[in-house]
Amino acid sequence: MNKENPTQIDLEALKRKDKTAFAQVLDQNSEKIYRLALKMVGNVQDAEDILQETFIKAFNNIHKFEGRSKVSTWLYRIAVNESLMVLRKRKDHVTEIDAEIEKDDGDVIPRQIIDWCCLPEKELMSSEARIHIKKAINHLSEANRATFLLRDVEGLSTRETAETLDISESAVKVRLMRARMQLREALTGFYSERLTRENA
Amino acid sequence: MTHEHKFYCKDMVKNLNAYIDGELDNALCGEIEEHINSCSNCQVVVNTLKKTIQIYQSDGRETKLPPEVRKRLYASLDLDDYVTKD
Ligand SMILES: [Zn+2]
Repeated sequence: MNKENPTQIDLEALKRKDKTAFAQVLDQNSEKIYRLALKMVGNVQDAEDILQETFIKAFNNIHKFEGRSKVSTWLYRIAVNESLMVLRKRKDHVTEIDAEIEKDDGDVIPRQIIDWCCLPEKELMSSEARIHIKKAINHLSEANRATFLLRDVEGLSTRETAETLDISESAVKVRLMRARMQLREALTGFYSERLTRENA
Repeated sequence: MTHEHKFYCKDMVKNLNAYIDGELDNALCGEIEEHINSCSNCQVVVNTLKKTIQIYQSDGRETKLPPEVRKRLYASLDLDDYVTKD
């Protein structure tokens, strides 16, 4: 149980509400939490609110943190919940993280088979492309989006992602697969047009 | 011509994630690679899927915490004196 804390945070100091320890947690995690929030909700104002709220809640509830997982995992979990709260205010239907996964696996079958990998970097990351990159991720269900962001963008393992979202590892795998395939389809739709233009 | 363990595109889809993440055992991985080499469709799917993930990863790396947002965060926690990065 006395597992070494991977972030080298002094848990005892944190629980004493030591300011230097709090500042260390902020230094190590604020950019990650901001990025996750921004990609979850898609705008900077909400992302900043989520960022502040996440750390306020974390520090106020530090006595509940058991130190069995990384501090970052705990922060990610709060940030995901805060993001869902923001999204619930904005739209009627939000896919809860632990919602049952729809049986239909139609969206994991590749539809468009066009190789756009050869497009130059400046085309792949053009400002127009960035709009589509953002649109595609916003189009995912909240549960699939959170899974994809934690696993592929934040680089958490399957186990850490499962722990953060409080779902099973197999649910993480299914959600990740769907997210990746849907994003691939969306980007293929956009880049294949650039490809035709380039070859014209 | 028929091979007992012939690997089909539908087996590909099933194992795509684990293959990309390097989580498959050597035997299965070998079968997949063999299939990819002879199936251009699956090759395109694998390549564009990998590229899609890379695009979101580099987009993520470019997302920085703006200094003024950082300052307001520290202030909201009454930690103004501890802002180390500007
Ligand atoms: Zn194939």
